[in-house]
Amino acid sequence: MTNQTTWEVVIGLEIHAQLATRSKIFSGSPTQYGAEPNTQADLVDLGYPGVLPVLNAEAVRMAVKFGLATGSTVATRSVFARKNYFYPDLPKGYQISQYEKPIVEHGKMDIMLEDGTIKTIGITRAHLEEDAGKSLHEGLVGASGIDLNRAGTPLLEIVSEPDMRSAKEAIAYLKKIHSLVRYLEICDGNMQEGSFRCDANVSVRRFGAEKFGTRCEIKNVNSFRYVEKAINYEVARQIDVIEGGGTITQETRLYDANKDETRSMRSKEEANDYRYFPDPDLLPVVIAADYIEAVRGTLPELPDQKAARFHSDYALSAYDAGVLTASREMADYYEASLRTLNLGTDAGKLHSAAKLAANWVMGDLSAALNNHNLDIGQSPMDSTRFAGLLVRLLDETISGKIAKEVFEAMWSEGATADAIIESRGLRQITDISAIEQAISEVMAASPKQLADYRAGKDKLFGYFVGQTMKATQGKANPAVLNDLLQKMLPGA
Amino acid sequence: MSLTRRDVEGIAHLARLQLSDQDLSRYTDSLTKIFAFVEQLSAVDTGAVEPMAHPLAGEAQRLRLDSVSESNHRDLYQENAPLVEAGLYVVPRVIE
Repeated sequence: MTNQTTWEVVIGLEIHAQLATRSKIFSGSPTQYGAEPNTQADLVDLGYPGVLPVLNAEAVRMAVKFGLATGSTVATRSVFARKNYFYPDLPKGYQISQYEKPIVEHGKMDIMLEDGTIKTIGITRAHLEEDAGKSLHEGLVGASGIDLNRAGTPLLEIVSEPDMRSAKEAIAYLKKIHSLVRYLEICDGNMQEGSFRCDANVSVRRFGAEKFGTRCEIKNVNSFRYVEKAINYEVARQIDVIEGGGTITQETRLYDANKDETRSMRSKEEANDYRYFPDPDLLPVVIAADYIEAVRGTLPELPDQKAARFHSDYALSAYDAGVLTASREMADYYEASLRTLNLGTDAGKLHSAAKLAANWVMGDLSAALNNHNLDIGQSPMDSTRFAGLLVRLLDETISGKIAKEVFEAMWSEGATADAIIESRGLRQITDISAIEQAISEVMAASPKQLADYRAGKDKLFGYFVGQTMKATQGKANPAVLNDLLQKMLPGA
Repeated sequence: MSLTRRDVEGIAHLARLQLSDQDLSRYTDSLTKIFAFVEQLSAVDTGAVEPMAHPLAGEAQRLRLDSVSESNHRDLYQENAPLVEAGLYVVPRVIE
């Protein structure tokens, strides 16, 4: 049995982010996803004799950007090395990578834990390398088909310190890096297409033990959910093995999402001797200090900075600010809707509108987007139309409950909030005499409940709220209704 | 430093070379000699020498602009392939 109080989990992640360049890292082939097999592989990508790699300036710029955004050291001199192994999707017999002198080192990334505390995860290094091709197995008997379109696509491999202590922490870190590379516009973050991939190094040790346990590397996990499941499976497996008197062998394991288990990749056991050496085809990459400063000048407002600003300017909780700034698109949508409200300089007004907008973006809007499998960038309701709903909530034309109905109609019909409110007659009743009238009718129709309430059954207050709301089709202003009931129910 | 037969077997395997017993002895001897030749460098104190990643010391890698310069020549390139199907290079099955 898994004993959480005995075992400490230790996780480090290796993230491969495909850089969003137009052409490959060492050749002039396009990098676009989804082309016909092998139509985007040139002689350099195919590893023909006599060709020479020439480094893509944009890949370097993107790596520097990542380094600066994570407080890393950007190496003024870095070196490409050959990582030697044989596999059909690697025509040269080696991958051009960086080994002893990576372009980025010693960075860090803050993550927020479930209890709201901040933890800093160390980034050991991030290095440039080329992606391999793809092996396809379907439709071929006893053979594999190789597509080398992906070969030579620039990758930034981001290696963390073994600083994470649970699958949840690992996911928080992975999501943070995912968010960052998209903010920086250096990677599209598409996990289905493999633009953003993750291997997890997992080990367990008894609490208080100084040495790390033997680790296993889990490969082939292509969604946040699977990374979490794969780690949890692997942790339980390792604890079972050790508690059963066995030992963990250092190995590469493959996650099988269908079976929800990891299994050993035997072929990798003997392959861990890559015989790295500096690639004689490429000279050292020299980056000048003023170049680094120029790149620094192009950094956008980063997720953490944006979250801090949302917290201070809009008085949002750290949690809300974190959720809203997780993607740049969502943060932009949110701020655009606030701008549409034209709130002026009154801080009180701004803060309550900001909180209302946050609740609706994170609540109904996110839920609707999720249900339709859309990103906020693809939202059928733009921020202006969305703000139209907030306007009518803020000026109390509609209540929060009616607003949900309005939102749904806006979503499906594509109309403005005002058009829906008018056509469906959803305007909230704030007219006191109309609400008084409704209350009087409810009181007259419920003599027994009224008598019980007056005899001390306070809980029946809710009954009268409900009945009057029903009588007004939910349109009575809740605050006004409440006030009037307090006055009228006790009787003269 | 001298190499054992096992070392040479390991290196041959990594290089996907199949060596006969006779070859293995011969390569063990000659590789050991190459090592001995290089070992002469140990006699020199290189503590103050910056390791070179490339013989062209002081030169820096030239970068190219990020533009697509290559077009599709799949049919031409695949004339060299022993087996092709549906645009894919076909190889003996590799699957975990």
